[in-house]
Amino acid sequence: MININILKPTSSNFQTYLYIGSALIFIGIFDVFLRSFFNINYLTFLPGSLNFLFPLIIGLVGLQMIRLEYSGNRIVDKINQNINNNTFNAGLTLIIIFLTLLVIPPALDWMILEATISGDTKEACVATEGACWTYIKVWFRRFMYGMYPNDFHWRINTAFIVLIAFAFVGYFMRGKLKNYITFYYAILYPIIAFIIINFLISGGSFGLEWVETNAWGGLSLTFIVSFFGLIFCFPLGMILALGRRSELPIIKYISIGYIEFWRGVPLITVLFMSSVMFPMFLPSDAFVDKLIRVIAAIILFEAAYVAEVIRGGLQALPRGQYDAAKSLGMGYWKMQIFVILPQALKLVIPGIANTFLALVKDTPLIFVVGLSEVVGMLQMAKTNPKWLGYAMEGYIFASILFWAICYAMSKYSQYLELKYKTER
Amino acid sequence: MLRTLKTLMYLLTSIALLVSFETGAFAAKKSKTLKKTQKMGFVRCGVSQGLPGFSNADASGNWTGVDVDLCRAVAAATLGDSGKVKFFPLSAKERFTALTSGEIDVLSRNTTWTLSRDADIGLTFVGVNFYDGQGFMVRKSSGITSVNQFKAGVSACTNLGTTTELNMRDFFNSKGIKYEPVTFEKADEVVAAYDAGRCDTYTTDKSGLAAQRIKLSKPNDHIVLPETISKEPLGPVVRQGDPVWEDIVRWSLNVMIEAEEYGITSANADSMKSSENPAVKRLVGAEGELGAAFGLDNDWSLRIIKQVGNYGESYKRNIADTGILPDRGPNQLWTKGGILYVPPAR
Amino acid sequence: MNHKIKSIIPQLLTLLFVVAVIGFFTINAQLNMEERGIDFGYGFLNQESSFDVQFSLIEYDGSHSYAKAYLVGLLNTILVSVLGIIFCTIIGVIIGIARLSPNYLIRNTAAWYVEFFRNVPLLLQIFFWYYAALRALPLPENTEPLFGVTYLTVKGYYIPRLIWENFDILIYSILAAIISIVFIRNYARKLQEEKGQQLPVLLISVGLLLVFPAITFVTGMVQLEVALPVLKQLSKTSFIYAEGLSIPPELLALVLALSLYTATFVAECVRAGIQGISKGQKEAAASVGLTPNQILKLVIMPQALRIIIPPTTNQYLNLTKNSSLAAAIAYPDLVLVFAGTALMQTGRAIEIVSITMLTYLTLSLSISVLMNWYNKKIAIKEK
Repeated sequence: MININILKPTSSNFQTYLYIGSALIFIGIFDVFLRSFFNINYLTFLPGSLNFLFPLIIGLVGLQMIRLEYSGNRIVDKINQNINNNTFNAGLTLIIIFLTLLVIPPALDWMILEATISGDTKEACVATEGACWTYIKVWFRRFMYGMYPNDFHWRINTAFIVLIAFAFVGYFMRGKLKNYITFYYAILYPIIAFIIINFLISGGSFGLEWVETNAWGGLSLTFIVSFFGLIFCFPLGMILALGRRSELPIIKYISIGYIEFWRGVPLITVLFMSSVMFPMFLPSDAFVDKLIRVIAAIILFEAAYVAEVIRGGLQALPRGQYDAAKSLGMGYWKMQIFVILPQALKLVIPGIANTFLALVKDTPLIFVVGLSEVVGMLQMAKTNPKWLGYAMEGYIFASILFWAICYAMSKYSQYLELKYKTER
Repeated sequence: MLRTLKTLMYLLTSIALLVSFETGAFAAKKSKTLKKTQKMGFVRCGVSQGLPGFSNADASGNWTGVDVDLCRAVAAATLGDSGKVKFFPLSAKERFTALTSGEIDVLSRNTTWTLSRDADIGLTFVGVNFYDGQGFMVRKSSGITSVNQFKAGVSACTNLGTTTELNMRDFFNSKGIKYEPVTFEKADEVVAAYDAGRCDTYTTDKSGLAAQRIKLSKPNDHIVLPETISKEPLGPVVRQGDPVWEDIVRWSLNVMIEAEEYGITSANADSMKSSENPAVKRLVGAEGELGAAFGLDNDWSLRIIKQVGNYGESYKRNIADTGILPDRGPNQLWTKGGILYVPPAR
Repeated sequence: MNHKIKSIIPQLLTLLFVVAVIGFFTINAQLNMEERGIDFGYGFLNQESSFDVQFSLIEYDGSHSYAKAYLVGLLNTILVSVLGIIFCTIIGVIIGIARLSPNYLIRNTAAWYVEFFRNVPLLLQIFFWYYAALRALPLPENTEPLFGVTYLTVKGYYIPRLIWENFDILIYSILAAIISIVFIRNYARKLQEEKGQQLPVLLISVGLLLVFPAITFVTGMVQLEVALPVLKQLSKTSFIYAEGLSIPPELLALVLALSLYTATFVAECVRAGIQGISKGQKEAAASVGLTPNQILKLVIMPQALRIIIPPTTNQYLNLTKNSSLAAAIAYPDLVLVFAGTALMQTGRAIEIVSITMLTYLTLSLSISVLMNWYNKKIAIKEK
């Protein structure tokens, strides 16, 4: 008890306590700093565990000494409110600071300070102890484009730019055209996308050489599969959502059955089914490309999830909309296409963005059925005899890549959610 | 009235018979797969995802290997150009379904010929292009020099769903050794696991061991144990139901082996047209009408030998000269002590 | 009349369409199988499987049937799912609560954790843990023991094995403890409703759970022996730890990746649940004179759980489905053993894939049904 009272500051002698406390905290942090950056440990005269816990104890004591409600000093008040309101919090804060100091410098050291990025062969990397970013540089094109011939990469780039341009047409639709937004996104856009990808990336006519789908890979394949998946599962999901809310029993139960089935099975079994079972279900002469089979399976799978998202939107519309449309004499389809769906879709844009994000995160699975997108190329690159032993760099690169893309998309969808929330 | 009807009937029946003589059931010599291949302009060949010596693509996408050469032989025979092949790298899981579904027409992927595969799943094995056996690879530093020195608790890495998995079990059971199987689907991952020390031994066909050795970080630190624990006859596979196509692939392989028997190489094939030996003349198409039996022209075997080479040349180029297996072992002609003995092409 | 026709025609058309599609597939499948000489049937399940499995909770080797192999795979899937659920709940609750902490550093660290692990694909995380992290572990002969008796090596995590005598008596004692806990809880609830008194139910429950088994030990009915892992030499350079229990690194990597990934979603659910309780509840409870602990236990948690549990169960379901990714590393779960090895050895693609999908479907549907029942049970009944 006496100890604690000595350590507790009062408003009168706070200045002294402040100085001593800050000094102690500083010593604690400085000790950890020295340990991690320079490997100096000047406290070896203390026994084992005390040596280890010394900075923590000192820091705790220091923080205890500056803990005073309403000390009058703005900075100290802020610290006390945020990270120092009791010993537990203070302890956690110190641990986090220490961990950061212990982990970040070696990581940075390995990743940036001692890493190599110059050169073209393994020899450039053997000399250093740090990360070998040369490996990433050499394989970068492969990670992006797969085994697609180097000369034709412009085709993939153009195709994506055109696709994205077409996607934003919806923003620029004015006046009467706005009625046709649903029609555009559900029917026209998939067809346009298919044509672009078929003729530009696959080739085979108009003087462009045919590149078989086995050669497509890398990040571009991830995007192609995600794009196609989303664009085509969108109309199917819409129909299923409408079907589930329909009053006709057969349609309703078929929709429910479909949605519950595809939501209950893991994607990997669906992919296995597409690569191993689908061929049996088609006539023996008809042969469907593996990529198309996989995309078809993904479309069927994601349509169930999109249907649930759209159903949420349909349910959120006030009943008045349905009633007003019916009272105007609109038939079922007219009502859906011109009144209900445009509003419902606007409501669920964040949900659809989330589904798209989930789809992008699920595409690495197609590696299991033999299509080499980024993770597949990674596995292929790490076992190449010329570049053995750099698995870690590959995984870090892929993690950063995916993280950046998914983080950007999730932030964008949060922004969309806020924007559309206020509009209503 | 009745008479006209009868004549009409006879006329119609004879026309039908004539037509069916030309097409359909009586024109059995054209195979469906051959027709499709010739229409598409290339042979669809299923290969592995990268096994040096058997089917491996280099950085520019050129495929080489013994299995690749077999497909090229089929292309040379049916389409006239050994370059007209499209290669489909397949994993062990999809290799058979790709064949039965019609995605590929020939599976040349060092597949072991077993009874269940031949009889149960709608496929036909048409020959053996590599006689092999299963072996074990260990680190030299482990001190193990024979499979009899494995102790209980040993962990063995191998490929998922292959005959090696089953043979491994039979072997360890017969010795009463408790083992831990670690199976991956991709061969690269099996090698990586063995290299990292996750497993004590790596087992697969001995040719595979020799080929995958270059993917280890220190290839010279490992040895392949001398014992062979199973028979692994590796050969090409086709779909059941097209007997003429089966024959085409089978005899493309046999021609390559028989050509080596008679000393015909890609270099001297043309000059062999004037040989004294009628068997040689038949092989280079200077005599006989062997191609018609398959619906091919008579130069089919000559093209195979000229464009791809005989079996020995293919082996040397892909397996011996690359250092994988310099010694041919059982894959030598029967006249020279091996077991390559094929029926005569006549 | 018009209306009736209008409602019947679309249904009829849809039905016809679905029947046509299914019929098309079935007829093609039958034709294809006849042509290739493959037959369809589930009789192969009784055949001998001829392959061993690396890790199995029950007795199994190659002389057992494919049906047994299916069971082994299923048990392994359930094992990894249960372990994953336990760990992801613990981590998720901690992170969820940390996200609401007034401490700036803790709050932001938790936020960064969630943002980071949520946005990297699960397959990549699994690969990272298995191929990069766990492969870098030392060989058995070079390992330092963790906690003195466990060894984390590249070949697995070796822990001491517990050998029980009369294990069933222990189970009975635990069952007895659980039954008595249920009784005590009911009694405590009645007591609180009638007289407003509190019983320390948690303490009593923990006490009972400890005391009953302890009695069985003390009286000697159940005996426990501990077998420590012992270094065994297999060859000049190859060692393993025998005698103990070995946990394969595949299982470790899978549980780690699944827990860390799903914990982010659970953390978000927990956060939403706690934030969903209006501030008025806390203030009203405080004004009535309850201590902060009591507020948490009696007012906040029951309401928060109502919001937290449905989406969290959804996440558990996702975790179970995601455990099928074990097929990409060598963990012998249902997909790898049955839809992998068994499928490749027998070639019966349609039968095996359909059984696998049905299994997962049954798991999902049963958990959904349980969830719906729970929701109805705890739904706030308006008076």
